[in-house]
Amino acid sequence: MDFDLSKPQKLLKDTARQFLARDRAPSWQAIAEQGWTGLLIAEEHGGLGTGIVELAAVGEEMGRACLAGPYLSTLFATALIRAGATPEQQGRWLPLIAAGEMKATVAILEESASWNLDAIHSSTRKLFVGDADVADLILCVGPDGVAAVERAGVSVVPMPWMDARRNIFEVTFDHPGGDLLPGGRAAVRAAIDVATVALCAEMVGGMQWVLDTAVEYAKTRQQFGRPIGSFQAVQHQCADMLLLTESARSATYYAAWALTENDPGAPLAVSMAKAYCSDACREVGNRGVQVHGGIGFTWEHDLQLYYKRAKSSEILFGDATFHRERIAALVVDELPPVNSRTETSPDHQAVRA
Amino acid sequence: MDLNLTADEQAFRDEFRGWLKANVPAPWTGGGLNSEGGGEYLAYLRRWQRTLFEGGWAGIAWPKKFGGRGATLMQQALFQEELALADAPHLIGTIGLSLVGPTIIAMGTEEQKARYLAPILAGDEIWCQGFSEPNAGSDLASLGTKAIRDGDDFIINGQKIWTSFAQMADYCLLLVRTDFEAPKHKGITCLLVDMRTPGISVRPLRQMSGDAGFNEVFFTDVRVAVSQVLGQINAGWTTAMAALMNERANLGTGIQVIFKRNLNALIARARQIDRNGRPASADPVVRQKLAQAWLELEILRLNTNRALTSLSKSGVPGAEGSIQKIYWSEMNQRTQQTAQEILGPYGQLIDFDNGVWQYGYLRSRGNTIEAGTSEIQRNIVAERVLGLPKSY
Repeated sequence: MDFDLSKPQKLLKDTARQFLARDRAPSWQAIAEQGWTGLLIAEEHGGLGTGIVELAAVGEEMGRACLAGPYLSTLFATALIRAGATPEQQGRWLPLIAAGEMKATVAILEESASWNLDAIHSSTRKLFVGDADVADLILCVGPDGVAAVERAGVSVVPMPWMDARRNIFEVTFDHPGGDLLPGGRAAVRAAIDVATVALCAEMVGGMQWVLDTAVEYAKTRQQFGRPIGSFQAVQHQCADMLLLTESARSATYYAAWALTENDPGAPLAVSMAKAYCSDACREVGNRGVQVHGGIGFTWEHDLQLYYKRAKSSEILFGDATFHRERIAALVVDELPPVNSRTETSPDHQAVRA
Repeated sequence: MDLNLTADEQAFRDEFRGWLKANVPAPWTGGGLNSEGGGEYLAYLRRWQRTLFEGGWAGIAWPKKFGGRGATLMQQALFQEELALADAPHLIGTIGLSLVGPTIIAMGTEEQKARYLAPILAGDEIWCQGFSEPNAGSDLASLGTKAIRDGDDFIINGQKIWTSFAQMADYCLLLVRTDFEAPKHKGITCLLVDMRTPGISVRPLRQMSGDAGFNEVFFTDVRVAVSQVLGQINAGWTTAMAALMNERANLGTGIQVIFKRNLNALIARARQIDRNGRPASADPVVRQKLAQAWLELEILRLNTNRALTSLSKSGVPGAEGSIQKIYWSEMNQRTQQTAQEILGPYGQLIDFDNGVWQYGYLRSRGNTIEAGTSEIQRNIVAERVLGLPKSY
């Protein structure tokens, strides 16, 4: 067993980190030139054809940089095209996406704001749609299937919210129908799982940035004549941030690996990662601001960008409560293998470190 | 990244699993360890260690030339998991196997290696660890048990506390103060002490959970030969840290299997217990809590596997053990509370499910104290992983 990135995966991650350190707001074309829009796209369509672990590795660095823009939306649409489109459709769209010539998004949510696919009733009006203003192609998930619509045929109204670096819109489809994808609910679920892991990886990267920044601040900020990082009250906040970040990372890469391997436990692994990351990312943000004190609460400090990103990420593709219920449906309702002999007296040494 | 077992790991696991199937004894149904540390249960546990030894399954990670199996860390983790999965009896010699033995191998004299290693593997000699004192817990280096040099002997006076296995141990890895002028870390010596030496007395400490897992150990004019020093005189702190690193390198790999078994039993109970006319497992709040317990336990397993990978590559036990310790101890407390909420009064009954829920709840309270409190572990993480300035 080797639960660590391989050398090529590390190289990909390091390269992404250096690239985003040089340019925190790269153009879409520059992103495409890095190959990131084509990570999931096969080589025959001009992509890199990597696995989900590579996707997560790059996603982590995007999260560390709090990258703004339509990357995640386009990735979600790419995953849906891969899972649900005909070969002809794939051949039409994927090369454009890989080359950075097409941005895309997926419209799912309605007034209920529920990620439960059974709650879908409309194919004409969608809410909370990411990056619909810049998407060249919008995949609308309706009650009868998925339709691909060009932006020319839709009206788009912004829905301003906390995270100004991840824009969402109300989208009305004037001429519902469009180019139908044959893949059904299963394709949508599969695409959500892939996009969720990419999002979790972004959250891990964001947590890492908050942790690193808080620790650096605690080492330099002086009060009572010493660095505040020498006080245990501050140290323990930082230690907890590390525990949360590393645990989120373990869960995320496990889910990425399970998806790559088509492991039957992959959907469970994805929900586990998202449930944990949703809570952990918020908690790391809270502690990061607390360690910084007043400066962490200001508009000018970058912490606020990560703090808001954590909040929008928390609910995107379902919050922790949603995913815990999905886990419960899989592990509480299915009778687990129960060993009749639970740990009993007289032997109580088991739970000793 | 490849989370599948390698062919070697798979072969190791299959071989041990097959061996366990043929060799795990029937579960013990008699009484517990008595306060004198003996009885039939102890004999049963010693027999099990002997069986493991004869089958070639003692000292999994010890080098072959000292009678071990020379296995990798990952194989050692698999060993622990398989033991738990097979419901095998616990390892009575665990202090000797995971803490004392590796430290003797690293720092002992040839005579010490020849004398002490083989009986640990065979289960013939059980060890305890005399570190903590009433006034030296988290601040271990302030320990005050005195050893005064008298010719070729030390004469020891003082007291140890929280000493697991002392009531049945044959030997003790004992920390004593040998230099009273030096800074506190520089005057400590580590000794290998025969527990039958005159002047040693053991008094069990009863815990809130009712059992007596720990002891107080009193030393009154106990005479120990200078040849029993492990490492160097006044360099016992180095020896102790090496021993604790060996312990932490274990990362609690067997524990997660035991937790899993208990959580599965809780889920099964939640499906049976009625709540407002339907099974508790259909209650949305209960479902949320069970799912949280389930995912936290899965992530413990994943964190363990990542730490094992990192340890296998670096070879140096680091602070991973501290993160693991914080995680599993606090997770267990949360999960035990979840069990209490689901089971209501049944969870507190001594006779319901053999008392596991009331016991588990009470016992978990000690998890964040024993083997380094959560506060000390967080200090270690802050200073050694995050590089924050020392707080004391």
